[in-house]
Amino acid sequence: MASATKTVDLNKLKASKKKFNPGPARSRGGIIANFLFLCLVGAIMFIPMLYVFCNAFKPMDELFLFPPKLFFRNPTLSNFKSISTLMSSSWVPFSRYIFNTVFVTIVATFFHIILASLAAYVLEKRDFPGKNFMSRVIVLSLMFTPAVTGIPNYIIQSKLGMIDTYWVMIIPYIGGSMGLYLMKQFMASSIPNVLLEAARIDGASELRIFTQIVMPLVKPAWLTMLMTSVQAMWGISASTVVFTEAKKPLQYALSQIAAGGIARTGSAAAISLIMITPPLLIFIISQTQILDTMASSGIKD
Amino acid sequence: MATMLNADKKAIRATDRKLLKKQFQNNWDCYLYMLPYGLIFFLFTVLPVLASIVLSFTYYNVLETPTFVGLDNYRTLLANDDIFITAVKNTLEIAVVTGPVGYIMCVMFSWLINELGPKTRAVMVTILYAPSISGAAYTIFGIMFSGDSYGWVNGTLINLGLITEPIQFMTDTDYMIWICMLVVIWMSLGTGFLSNVAGFRTIDRSQYEAGYVEGIRNRWQELWFITLPSMLPQLMFAAVMSITQSFSVGAVTTILFGNPSTDYAVHTILNHIEDYGGVRFEMGYACAIATVLFALMVASNEIIQRALRKVGQ
Repeated sequence: MASATKTVDLNKLKASKKKFNPGPARSRGGIIANFLFLCLVGAIMFIPMLYVFCNAFKPMDELFLFPPKLFFRNPTLSNFKSISTLMSSSWVPFSRYIFNTVFVTIVATFFHIILASLAAYVLEKRDFPGKNFMSRVIVLSLMFTPAVTGIPNYIIQSKLGMIDTYWVMIIPYIGGSMGLYLMKQFMASSIPNVLLEAARIDGASELRIFTQIVMPLVKPAWLTMLMTSVQAMWGISASTVVFTEAKKPLQYALSQIAAGGIARTGSAAAISLIMITPPLLIFIISQTQILDTMASSGIKD
Repeated sequence: MATMLNADKKAIRATDRKLLKKQFQNNWDCYLYMLPYGLIFFLFTVLPVLASIVLSFTYYNVLETPTFVGLDNYRTLLANDDIFITAVKNTLEIAVVTGPVGYIMCVMFSWLINELGPKTRAVMVTILYAPSISGAAYTIFGIMFSGDSYGWVNGTLINLGLITEPIQFMTDTDYMIWICMLVVIWMSLGTGFLSNVAGFRTIDRSQYEAGYVEGIRNRWQELWFITLPSMLPQLMFAAVMSITQSFSVGAVTTILFGNPSTDYAVHTILNHIEDYGGVRFEMGYACAIATVLFALMVASNEIIQRALRKVGQ
């Protein structure tokens, strides 16, 4: 009896909410204020990026103009042309550097996402001795600065015969702990255990659960992993572990140009833009692909 | 009596062992799934960290074999290295300001962005995330705040007649640490921010409907009682990211202000490590500094994770 009245009350409450409040718990003023605030912050955050963009197209005399201007007046491609002139005379063709970076980025990102997610899955959703210890080590490892681990790492890599190969840029990255921690946190919040148990009762194998249930549900986490990975690998210069010119990545080649001093200011500005653009484009494309598909497939228990 | 207790203990230990064995037998395949990642993680992350901690108890100049010196490095560090104390002070100042500000920005902006429609959301996320994705783009601050008349900020201020001669932003100790903080905050919407944005997308809609029925009245209540608790794992991740970012400021200060910076005004612990490890080749000492930094980060992480468990209560 008591429970019956309660249900009625709740239904009434629900109905009255719908009557008085068109959007669930939102006021129109709040929505507008939010939008304006974000626009303001976005504009402030955007100025330095705009500066990077404009500088790349400024001719030399505008780069050293007083008073300095944010926008270019006579946009020119001369900065990019001077890079291509400099690069065309280089001993290794420019396309080779690009290939190296693209290859290393794709391979490392792919295996990092697969292997770290697999490990994250068992660490979060299964129970085995040593699990808590391992999870703790992963978080702790994020807090030790890589500034001093370079030398022990070099010794290990050279003992394994990895120095001066592509692998020295790829393999250590696959074992990065940030991606795993991220994936683990997403699995904790967005995959109900009930769902996994139901799948197990239905006779699905662990690998099948992982590929067909878990991975589709953590798509937003992929995006974040993909981005951190692409960003890190795109900027890799590997100057201490790769010596053969033909194996060196793009960042290394371009930083050599930028290091040429004040006469290269224009080229350096163009290089900044070249290095920023690909990760940003990948982000924009994958964001709409991954985040928006998610919004419609939010299954939960 | 005592023997009985001992027998009990033994029995408990035996059942514990049996349970552990059973757990192991039922889940041995987990180790198989962990193996490829675990092996790489151990070789290239855990082993180098352990080696660095061991090296912190040695004198190691990179060329000769390390010699064991006990706690000497730590003693020098805490008692005789004034610049280290300055570095700790600067690092803490930067971390105390940029850590919380950056973290609050991460949570707040990802929440506000989530309220937007899909198109505007995509644009906003890109604009806010762009600074941290674009690697060395922060060097532009060096040009903007440049002390010569080519600096954009100085040029603008002179043009407006607010100042008559350029301010030496990058070498004047009054301004340096603030500019450093500004740059760090500008870049703070990184992986943690992105994971929060993505986290909001995975929250179950039906939880909100249930919440409205139970009398959640406005978006603040909704945030505190439904949204934040259901994305606690992402909040924890973002906290770890904020801590590592705000404590490991190093490249920013080296590139913008030089290492050492004027009067060590923005000399951070990481700069100190670079100085000893990269310039003076005193790796043992550099490792000791790194271990202290590690301890600082672990301690602050412990405090913050504890505080985060109170969310939604």
